[in-house]
Amino acid sequence: MKTDELVTALSRHLEPVDRGLIRRTVGFALAVAIVGALCVAALWLGVRTDFVTAHAAAFLIAKLAFAVTVIGVASVYLMRLSRPGGELGMPSFWAFVPFAAIILLAAASLGSAPSSHWNRMILGDEWLECLLSIPVIAIVPFAVLVWAVRKAAPTNLVRTGAFTGLVAGGTSALAYALHCTDDSLPFIAAWYGGTILLCTIAGAVLAPRLLRW
Amino acid sequence: MTTSERELKALMLAGQGGDAAAHRRLLERLSQHLRAYYKRKLASFGKGAMEAEDLVQEALLAIHIQRHSYDPAELLTPWVHAIARYKLIDFLRRSRTSRADVPIDEADDIMANDDHVATENSYDIRRLIEKLPRNMQYAIGAVKLEGLSVAEAARRYQLSEPAIKVSIHRGLKALANLIAKEVKT
Repeated sequence: MKTDELVTALSRHLEPVDRGLIRRTVGFALAVAIVGALCVAALWLGVRTDFVTAHAAAFLIAKLAFAVTVIGVASVYLMRLSRPGGELGMPSFWAFVPFAAIILLAAASLGSAPSSHWNRMILGDEWLECLLSIPVIAIVPFAVLVWAVRKAAPTNLVRTGAFTGLVAGGTSALAYALHCTDDSLPFIAAWYGGTILLCTIAGAVLAPRLLRW
Repeated sequence: MTTSERELKALMLAGQGGDAAAHRRLLERLSQHLRAYYKRKLASFGKGAMEAEDLVQEALLAIHIQRHSYDPAELLTPWVHAIARYKLIDFLRRSRTSRADVPIDEADDIMANDDHVATENSYDIRRLIEKLPRNMQYAIGAVKLEGLSVAEAARRYQLSEPAIKVSIHRGLKALANLIAKEVKT
């Protein structure tokens, strides 16, 4: 078939397109990702029951705020990146801000404590559980987001994959926070920040194969 | 903003709304830009007009299938360029030329020149359509090749109109995948 015949064929009986489809699909996937992560975390690990005390409640809120900020900023980028050419003229600066903020808070918290406490503040009781749980819980959100983003035909696969991993990691951290009883800012910075970063790298590495269209 | 950006964007918006004549005009003009772009890019990889024409058809199909992903708040040129470049890199990867070899180019490169001299390409879309599942073949054959309306095609094959529309949509996507498999060497 010659190219002009192809053009003729493609423009016959043209259907109007739904311009809001991508926004709705990615938005729907994000909602499913959050609900899915919460369900997996609640059923698998259970929810902490001590958040009636002011100290525990404050840290629960701090963890949720960190995760929500990461998800919020990263999903704005992801929405753009998922379309062809969405990577243009878009520095990823704001995606680093929540991480910089939590690292500064952690440093301030360490600075105001005697150095003999540092080990305990950073490692907490369950650093290994956190290190393993957040990436595992992120699998379902990542799969749902990949499904949605692929439909929008992204053209920079590595970057789009990194942001897909970042949103999935943030979602997973949000869910894990409901279980986690390690209440210190250095712990959040090291293990929440670190595992979300790990999910971001995994997304960038896996994406060229998963997101191809 | 250049004149071609303004004109092509207007055609795209009309096409998104279902205006077939505008969509046709858009694809015609883009095919000339794509041809000039691919001929120029492929020359440095020792590939000729036939491979360029292959890519023109692949890119046109992608632009058609993905036209819902164009956001009217953005410029059209970078969107077209991103798809054209994505297809170029994909083609070079399939033909085992590394991605690192594709020099970075500007979005405006895609609209810089046009080339009306269409050549033969290496695969035949008609033959590839015959490899699709039956309903997709019927729907694309009747509506896109013969020019029947969706209602007429639905009556002929005893299918609902939504089923015909879905078959066309899925069939074109499947066709794009078949082309990608075909153009491997």
